Amino acid sequence: MKILVCLKQVPDTTKVEIDEQTGVLKRDGVDSKMNPYDLYALETSLRIKEQMGGKVTVLTMGPPQAKAVIKEAYMMGADEGYLISDRSFAGSDVLATAYTIAQAIKVIGEQDLIICGKQTTDGDTAQVGPAMAELLGIPHVAWVNLIKDITAEAITVSQDMANSVETVEITFPCLITVEKDIYQPRLPSYRKKLLTEDRPIKVLSLKDFLDQDESHYGLKGSATQVERIFPPDNEVEQEVWVGEGVDLASRIADKLKELRFI
Amino acid sequence: MINVYKNKCNLCGRCIEVCPFGAVERLKDTIQITAGCKLCKLCIKNCPEDALYLGSELKKEVSKDEWKGVMVYVEHEEGEIHPVTFELIGKARELANKIKHPVYCILIGSQVQNLARELLYYGVDKVFVYDDVELKWFRSDSYTLVFEDCINKTKPSIVLVGATSVGRSLAPRVAARFKTGLTADCTVLDVKENTDLVQIRPAFGGNIMAQIVTTNSRPQMATVRYKVMEPAQRVEQIKGEVINYFYPKANFDSKIRVLDVSRKERKANISEADVIVVAGRGIKEKKDMQMVKELADLLNGQVAATRSLIEAGWASHNQQIGLSGRTVRPKLIITCGVSGAVQFVAGMQGSEYIFAINKDVNAPIFKIAHYCAVGDLYEIVPKLIEHIKQVKQIYK
Ligand SMILES: Cc1cc2nc3c(=O)[nH]c(=O)nc-3n(C[C@H](O)[C@H](O)[C@H](O)COP(=O)(O)OP(=O)(O)OC[C@H]3O[C@@H](n4cnc5c(N)ncnc54)[C@H](O)[C@@H]3O)c2cc1C
Ligand SMILES: Nc1ncnc2c1ncn2[C@@H]1O[C@H](COP(=O)(O)O)[C@@H](O)[C@H]1O
Repeated sequence: MKILVCLKQVPDTTKVEIDEQTGVLKRDGVDSKMNPYDLYALETSLRIKEQMGGKVTVLTMGPPQAKAVIKEAYMMGADEGYLISDRSFAGSDVLATAYTIAQAIKVIGEQDLIICGKQTTDGDTAQVGPAMAELLGIPHVAWVNLIKDITAEAITVSQDMANSVETVEITFPCLITVEKDIYQPRLPSYRKKLLTEDRPIKVLSLKDFLDQDESHYGLKGSATQVERIFPPDNEVEQEVWVGEGVDLASRIADKLKELRFI
Repeated sequence: MINVYKNKCNLCGRCIEVCPFGAVERLKDTIQITAGCKLCKLCIKNCPEDALYLGSELKKEVSKDEWKGVMVYVEHEEGEIHPVTFELIGKARELANKIKHPVYCILIGSQVQNLARELLYYGVDKVFVYDDVELKWFRSDSYTLVFEDCINKTKPSIVLVGATSVGRSLAPRVAARFKTGLTADCTVLDVKENTDLVQIRPAFGGNIMAQIVTTNSRPQMATVRYKVMEPAQRVEQIKGEVINYFYPKANFDSKIRVLDVSRKERKANISEADVIVVAGRGIKEKKDMQMVKELADLLNGQVAATRSLIEAGWASHNQQIGLSGRTVRPKLIITCGVSGAVQFVAGMQGSEYIFAINKDVNAPIFKIAHYCAVGDLYEIVPKLIEHIKQVKQIYK
C-alpha cells in the first residue's frame, strides 16, 4: 500500500505579534515545529503500514528549513520524504497550496491513500486537504477519528460530525484528514535517527512539475488576497469592581438582577 | 493561453506544422506559443505527447456582473435546519441589500421539501433544492457534484457556508472545483460596491485579524463561524419560491458508502447554552467544581472549563471553550479563576455579557470582560450563590 502524508512546519507559538506601523507579521526569532495535528496523520500512516505493508512517503511544502519535519518523520518511521520548495511558491493561499502539492503528487506517483492533519495551527483553515483531494480528482473524508477496517480496495472510517458519528467506506485512491484522538503519536526514536541520518530528502521545485506556468503558484496563483492584518479590537466599556469578597458578590448579584438573569 | 509541459515535449515539431497561424516556434530546447495564437487548439489536439494544454484560464479577468446573488448552504440533520443557516441568511440579506442582489439557499438532502418551505419564512428569495435518496447523507463527492450544478445554473456572486464539520469538508472541495477563493471561519463580513466580499477572520489563534478579498474569481466563498452573526428573524409573509433541481442519478457514482450514522450522546452542550459558568485554574480542587456547578444550575446554565482543567480531567472535552475547544456565544458568561489566554478568549469573546472573577487585577480576561470582579473566587462565588438563592426565595 502506498501512503502519503502531508506535513507542515509551523511557528512554535501562537503568540505572534504584528508591527502596528506596517501591519506586517513579526516572524523573526520564532522557532518552528511540525504542525501538531500532522503528527496524528503520520502515526495513522505508520499503523496502516504495520498492518498492510507498503511504503510511507511524507512531503512538506515550505522553505528549505522545512526539511526538519521530514527528518523528524524519518525518526518516527517514514520511508521517503520530499520537500516542495520554490521561490515562486511563496505567498500561496489554500487554492495555490493545494494545487502545488497536487502537482507534486503527480510527479511523486499515484498513492493509494493520502493523509492530512485536520488543520494547521498557523493557517488554521482545515481546507488544504479537501481542496487537494478535489484537484487530484479523488474522494475524501474529513475529521476521521477511527479506522475501523482496511482492505486492499477500501478503508472504513468513522467521521466525527459534531452531533453524530458517520461510519463510511471509501475506496482507494482517496484522502482522509484525521482528528487528534485517532492514535497517540509515537516518539521519534534515537535508533531510527542514527539509521536515517544519511537518508536523502528529495527536493521538488517548479521545474519538476508538469504545469510550469508560474501564474498558477504562490501569490499569483492565489484566489484570495490579504488586504490587511490588524490586532483584534478589545475595547469594551467596562466596570471594574474591587473590594471585599462579600461586596463583590452582591455587586455581581445586583447586576445579574438588573440584566434579568436572576 | 496555450502552455507547454516542458518535460513531456520531445520537440517533434508537429504543433509547428499544424498551426494555421504560424504562431508556434521552436526556441533552443523548448516550444513557444507566440502572440499570433488564436486559441484554435489544433496543436493540443495533434500533439502526440499530450504536452500542450490550455492554461491560465483562471487568470482571465472575471466579469463580475455575470455573477449575481448571495447563496447560503443549508445545513440540516434529521429534519432540522442547523441554526448557523439562519445566521447566514441574516448576513446574506444584509450583504445582498447593499449590492441589490437576491438571497438564495441551496438545500441538498432527501425528503427535505418541508425544510425548503420553512426557509422561505426567513426572507429567502429562492431556495434551490436537490432532493434525492442518494443525497440522504453527506458525502463529499456527490454533494460537490450537485453544488457545482447549482452554481453553474445560478451563478451566485457570493456563497456562504457554515464553518461546521460538514461545511468545512464540503466548501473547500467546491471552491477548488471552481478554482476560486475560500476564506475559512470568518467572523465579520461586508461587501464593497463592486460586489467584492470583505472577509475578516482571526488568524494565528486569534492573535491577529486578517481582512481577505477574492478580487478576480467568482463565486466568492466563505465559511462562517457559528454563533457570530445575527440570525434572520422568522416572518409571517413569504415572497420567495422553492425551485427543485434534479441531477441524473447515474452520475453520482460516489466512491463513498455510508454504512452507519449514530447520534453522539447529546450531553450538556455548551454551544447551545444561554448561560455559561467557566471554571479555570483558579479552582484548586476537583471537588470545588461542585460550587461552579451549583452557580450554573441556579442560573439555568452550563458548566464549561479552560483547557488546563480539561487536561486535569476535571471536566470533559466537550466542555472546553476556546481555539481547540468550542466557540460559544451565550447571553451571559461568568469566568471563575480564568486568566483569559488568547486561545480561550478566541472561543468566547462574542458573548453578550462577560463577567470575570479573578484575583489578579492584571489578568488579560479583564481586557475583554464587561464586569470585572477583582477578588478571590472562593470568597465571591459562595456568597453569590447565597444571594441568588435569597432572591429566588423572595420571588417564590
Ligand atoms: C494551540 C493552543 C490552543 C489552545 N486552546 C485552548 C482552548 O481551546 N481553550 C483553553 O481554555 N485554553 C487553550 N489553550 C491554553 C491557553 O493558552 C491557557 O493555557 C489556558 O486557557 C489557561 O487556563 P486558565 O485560565 O484556567 O489557567 P491560568 O492561565 O493558570 O489562569 C488561572 C487564573 O486564575 C486566577 N486565580 C487563581 N486563584 C484564584 C482565586 N482563588 N480567585 C480568583 N482568581 C484566581 C489567577 O490569577 C489566574 O489569572 C491553548 C493553547 C495553545 C498553545
Ligand atoms: N505547506 C504544506 N505542506 C504540507 N502539507 C500541508 C501544507 N499546508 C497544509 N498541509 C496539510 O493540510 C492540512 C490542513 O492545513 P490547513 O488547511 O492549513 O489547516 C495540514 O494538517 C497538512 O496535512
